Amino acid sequence: MDNIAGSKSSLTWAVHISVAALVLLWVFPTFGLLVSSFRTSDQIATSGWWKAMFPSEQNLVLRANAPEMQEQIGDLYVIEGELFDPDIEVEISVYGVSSQEISAFTAGQAGVLRNGGTITVSPTGQYRLTNTEPFSGSRGQRIFVTATTPPEFTLENYQNVLFDPDNREGMAKAFFNTLTVTIPATIIPILIAAFAAYALAWMEFPGRALLIAVVVGLLVVPLQLALIPLLKLHNEIGIGKGYLGAWMAHTGFGLPLAIYLLRNYMVGLPREIIENARVDGASEFQIFVKIILPLSFPALASFAIFQFLWTWNDLLVALVFLIDSTGETTVMTKQIVELLGTRGGNWEILATSAFVSISVPLLVFFAMQKYLVRGLLAGSVK
Amino acid sequence: MNPALQGLLTIIIGVSGCIAYFYFSNQFLDKVLCPPRGKNAGRNINRANLIRPWLFLMPALLALGLYLAYPVVETLRLSLTNRITLPDGTTAYTWAGLDNYKQMANEPKFWEALRNNALWLLFVPAIATAFGLLAAQLTDRIKWGNIAKSLIFMPMAISFVGAAVIFKLVYDTRPIDQDQIGVLNAIYLTLGGTEPKTWLTIPLWNSFFLMAVLVWIQTGFAMVILSAALRGIPEETIEAAIIDGANPFQVFFKIKMPQIKNTIMVVWTTITIVVLKVFDIVFAMTNGQWETQVLANYMFDKLFRANDWGVGSASAMVIMLLVTPILVWNVRNARKEMQ
Repeated sequence: MDNIAGSKSSLTWAVHISVAALVLLWVFPTFGLLVSSFRTSDQIATSGWWKAMFPSEQNLVLRANAPEMQEQIGDLYVIEGELFDPDIEVEISVYGVSSQEISAFTAGQAGVLRNGGTITVSPTGQYRLTNTEPFSGSRGQRIFVTATTPPEFTLENYQNVLFDPDNREGMAKAFFNTLTVTIPATIIPILIAAFAAYALAWMEFPGRALLIAVVVGLLVVPLQLALIPLLKLHNEIGIGKGYLGAWMAHTGFGLPLAIYLLRNYMVGLPREIIENARVDGASEFQIFVKIILPLSFPALASFAIFQFLWTWNDLLVALVFLIDSTGETTVMTKQIVELLGTRGGNWEILATSAFVSISVPLLVFFAMQKYLVRGLLAGSVK
Repeated sequence: MNPALQGLLTIIIGVSGCIAYFYFSNQFLDKVLCPPRGKNAGRNINRANLIRPWLFLMPALLALGLYLAYPVVETLRLSLTNRITLPDGTTAYTWAGLDNYKQMANEPKFWEALRNNALWLLFVPAIATAFGLLAAQLTDRIKWGNIAKSLIFMPMAISFVGAAVIFKLVYDTRPIDQDQIGVLNAIYLTLGGTEPKTWLTIPLWNSFFLMAVLVWIQTGFAMVILSAALRGIPEETIEAAIIDGANPFQVFFKIKMPQIKNTIMVVWTTITIVVLKVFDIVFAMTNGQWETQVLANYMFDKLFRANDWGVGSASAMVIMLLVTPILVWNVRNARKEMQ
């Protein structure tokens, strides 16, 4: 289309570069959190995550083997070993033996130990301590190295956050609580809305136009208005705070969008199918169950995804209707907010917890994007 | 009972309850109330057709009424009353007239929230729509556009709380003698900043740092909708413009933009609604400190920290009032379309 006038190649390049920049800008923050969740707390605290992707120069304090490992070779006492796992590719530039002079010697060249004797650390991490006297003491010689180490990632954070039963701030329970809130709160409104949408789309009755207008109006009523009256209501009828209240609230709040989306879709179904079925003597109930429901699957899926994302990601409804003072019913979003408040500096826990909570919606998003887009278009472009 | 089991039970009871209700109420109508046979068959069929829509609508209407319509009225009433605890431990509601509104108007925090909401309303929908339009226009022209779209759209699936964590890391601050772990400070120092800034504590600017989070989330939404609208533009109009010698910028601003004006409005108002309700981002990132308060968080504060239902309801009514013009606009559009 744009090639008709033979669009200039410089412009095409500009487009490619701008899109790449835009995508990078959009993905960069999330990617940062993902990378951080695979780093240890020390790594996160000492260097930016973007450095974790490349070999980085670090100052490390390591220890040689203890003197009890020394061997006597000729008239020399020798301690030998490796500072790093041989599988790791490191490159040591300088090293030292006291904290004041951590870069006293160049790697590969011999240095002097404080109590006499020599030390040699090779660039790849082999060391050799020699002395004419036997080495004494119980602990090995400290060696300060400045080394370039390859990127290193760990699954420890996930282990800790998901599977450690002693971790009171763990996400395992909150994960299941979130799931417990989400699934009924996604399924129940679909069914209720589908029937209502069918009536609004294909049945003639006085007041239909008005009802549709009401649904459109309720679409934008802020959740905030419902908090106090419903909390009061739930307390009065004895539901209090708990799953039942949260399910009902999510059902109520999800219905306008559900009815609106499904009605818009059902109105577009071919009239002949429904009229033929009516002529053949099918009841409205049969028409709905046997014809409309199966045909409306794409719209049902769209709404299901919306409602799933919304309930999974919700914080406000959970805070108001679900989580009581015991905290037994806490959900992931609430856990993360707690962590942000109390453990704001513990990025390894925060990043991992956040990613556990984000991962499920992201999976749903990438698997069912088609339906999500379709639903958005049906809901907005009208 | 195990909550998971309770959840499963709720699904079963909820779903089978719904199905049973719809099935049996229809059966009752057809077999007992108005059977389409006998000497009144014709009249009965008409009656059944009159009643049936309401059978289909009943559960939805009940839920909508109870969970959305009634709260609007009830919040209005509560905003005009004070909740007091009587000596015997029960609560009572006394008429307060406009006292709650007056009290609210005397609080600097309320005006701060209102000012910030105004800023959010001014900037977030505009920036998100502009970015969305840019992304839609650019990605439509290249081969890997769909992948790019999908990545820009991705934040839509991330919770506000998750996004808050993501951006807290971006805005993180370390003392000057340490390596910065927040991207923003790292860039700031590389570009010649003298010392790292704690971005979220700089009044006024910090609101913009919070807005960036919502823009980041909403741009994908704007892009998806606008991209569909752009593709819906008749090709002849663009071809004609190109033949007449219009350059790509003229094609975009003079031919395409006017044709998707309505869609831009829809996107704009939809994001506006989201902005008015924005709560999680502020709650998780600053909790209204350092002059970042917004109405929804102010309301939550009143409700659960100050335990003041009167002023809480009054601030909820302010949000409702701000939403109303869009509500009316939406309803009018919907009615126009149905005629």
